Amino acid sequence: MSVATTTTSMRIIEPLWRVRMRLAWRSFKNGWDIFRENPVGLVGLGMIVFFGLMAVAHPILMATVWPAAVYDPFIGHDRDIIVHPAPPTWIPNAAQEIVSLSPLPPLRHILGTDPLGRDVLSQLMYSTQSEFALGIMAALVTVIVGTTLGAVTAYYGGVIDVLFMRIADVMNMLPFIAIMIVLSSMFDFQMLHLAVVYGILVGFGGNTIVIKSQALTIKVRAYIEAARVAGGSDWHIIFAHLVPNLLPLSFLFMMITVTNAIFIEAVLSFFGLINIRMSWGIMIQVTQAAGYLLASWKYWYLMFPAGLSISLLCSAFYLVGRAMDEVVNPRLRTR
Amino acid sequence: MGKYIFKRLVQIVITLFIFQTLLFVILNAMPGDVTYRMFSNSKIPPAAVERARRALGLDDPVLVQYARWWRSFITGDFGISFSEYPKPVIDIIRERIPRTLALFLTATFVRFAMGFTLGRILAWQRGGLFEYGSTFVGVALFTVFTPWFGLMMIFIFGARLRWLPLGKFMEPALWSKAVIPGLTNTASKGNFIFNRMLLTASIVLVLWLLLLVWTGKNRKLNAKQRSWIVQGGALALCLMAIGAWWLSGLGYLAWNIIKHMILPVATVALVGFGGTMLLTRQTMLETLREDYIQTARAKGVPESVVRDKHAARNALLPVLTNLIIGLPFTLSGGIITESIFSWPGMGLTLLTATNAEDIPLVMGVFTFIGILALVAHLVADITYAFLDPRIRYA
Repeated sequence: MSVATTTTSMRIIEPLWRVRMRLAWRSFKNGWDIFRENPVGLVGLGMIVFFGLMAVAHPILMATVWPAAVYDPFIGHDRDIIVHPAPPTWIPNAAQEIVSLSPLPPLRHILGTDPLGRDVLSQLMYSTQSEFALGIMAALVTVIVGTTLGAVTAYYGGVIDVLFMRIADVMNMLPFIAIMIVLSSMFDFQMLHLAVVYGILVGFGGNTIVIKSQALTIKVRAYIEAARVAGGSDWHIIFAHLVPNLLPLSFLFMMITVTNAIFIEAVLSFFGLINIRMSWGIMIQVTQAAGYLLASWKYWYLMFPAGLSISLLCSAFYLVGRAMDEVVNPRLRTR
Repeated sequence: MGKYIFKRLVQIVITLFIFQTLLFVILNAMPGDVTYRMFSNSKIPPAAVERARRALGLDDPVLVQYARWWRSFITGDFGISFSEYPKPVIDIIRERIPRTLALFLTATFVRFAMGFTLGRILAWQRGGLFEYGSTFVGVALFTVFTPWFGLMMIFIFGARLRWLPLGKFMEPALWSKAVIPGLTNTASKGNFIFNRMLLTASIVLVLWLLLLVWTGKNRKLNAKQRSWIVQGGALALCLMAIGAWWLSGLGYLAWNIIKHMILPVATVALVGFGGTMLLTRQTMLETLREDYIQTARAKGVPESVVRDKHAARNALLPVLTNLIIGLPFTLSGGIITESIFSWPGMGLTLLTATNAEDIPLVMGVFTFIGILALVAHLVADITYAFLDPRIRYA
């Protein structure tokens, strides 16, 4: 192809990095074309974009139309409303249910207020930011740990391989929630700690096995031999030749890790085991602790937003992961 | 086969070793030790704290402590719980493990039976509203936030419709009045009845499996007779068990426990069910492309037989593999569900112990959850080796 033509004419028309970029762009476009054919993946991507917009919109809204005294996700309180929780203000007959000092505009509280008088939508949007941060952080740590370990164990084999595979077995067999509950009983977790610890644990676990098996097939290719003959060191071969070929698969695991990390964070904060100020899990916990969860359908605005958001964001990453599986796994392709 | 089981057992021992070592490392990575709590009480002099440290062996070298850790594990001595003070940890675990096992096994069975049956019907009804609807339900159940789902189940069936109790293991008012000779404590009455229930269930299961093996070996029966015998036998055994409980006069107590079990089991089963159903459908569709399916159809075999005998049996294996891989998730779901429904099993114990910072109990429960996961894996692997004749483990 173009690389070949440039070398045969003995005149380097374009620098190597541009060739690499072009190849990467082409493989990305090929992948995107396969991905685009799957409506399921597009639905997932759409949902992720929607939540991403929510996360981005929160600071903008706080800076422009939402006064901090009312809409702050932690300490906001609407003093115009006397009885909290109050239902959404846009509902036609809400005026009878809200006990307020003055009539409220319909867009004052789109999802109502929680038992402490804070705006539910503001909390929901604020939490979206931290969910994304957590998910992406955990996924990055997982990918770095898992890919490195997979490549190293495949390349060296022997004792290293046995040791890490046994550890992966342990991680694979144990229920993750139990591990995280035990760890949170002993250490004081914040959002970042949770992401890093979770990422490392998953990185040591099942991902390593799959990535390793992929690395084993790459290890025996001719270009690895060529790199070794040319005098490349072990680390050079691992990081310049093995790891780049493992990245598509790692990217797939990233999606799955994001789903699980968000899920686990929500479970732990629902049980009140981690030290964070606001998240979807904490919103459900507040509702339950205040006794509104099993009360009546009247409090739907306390029961549904957070729970549905967790389910939807998890399913979005899951759907994207499934569609990406088709891109990465040629066996599953329909064409 | 014996060799394979032996090999797996050795692997399990190695895994258990790593698991225990990891636990020890986690416990020791925590800054300070248990005597540091005494510093918060100013009436205890530092010399006394030092004495306590020496008496508990906390100033010994790490390796000695590690050896002691193993000795305690082998002798089943997990120490004494802080939060339920005079009770040894092992007694608490012994009381709660049957409850978790019952929940976990029933839910796994229900999930598998439902998912497999629905999935293979689904593969036959392509492209309709039914297919889209159930695929959507499957994905939704697969990714739903489990605690929230459990709470919604309680809200709908417990709080609104009032069909089932909100949670817990039994109804104290009913049980304190119940008379069981020799038992006065409500908790021990509950354990008595529950253990008898588990015994009944396992007897029924073993008898049914024997019947299954017998019909499978008996060459004189045709397919229809076999399915009649297997299904009729299951029904007859269940009726016999129910009759025996009814005659014993304690049936209402057993029913009380079962009533409390329905919602947690349904939650764990439904959360896992979506994945099983979708996977069954997918593998069924792949199996349907095989040549032997076409041959069977060309022979004029009825469509339902093609589905249930030729296709479903071959689609069973990937589903079972998935079940094995998914075991930890089922256990996780069990822990969450137990806490939501206040079902006093291992999961709820782990959570309450964590909140009370009861480290001995946390360690003991976690060790047992680990062992449970390992054993479940082993059993599932061996079942798999039995079912797949292509696998000859050497």
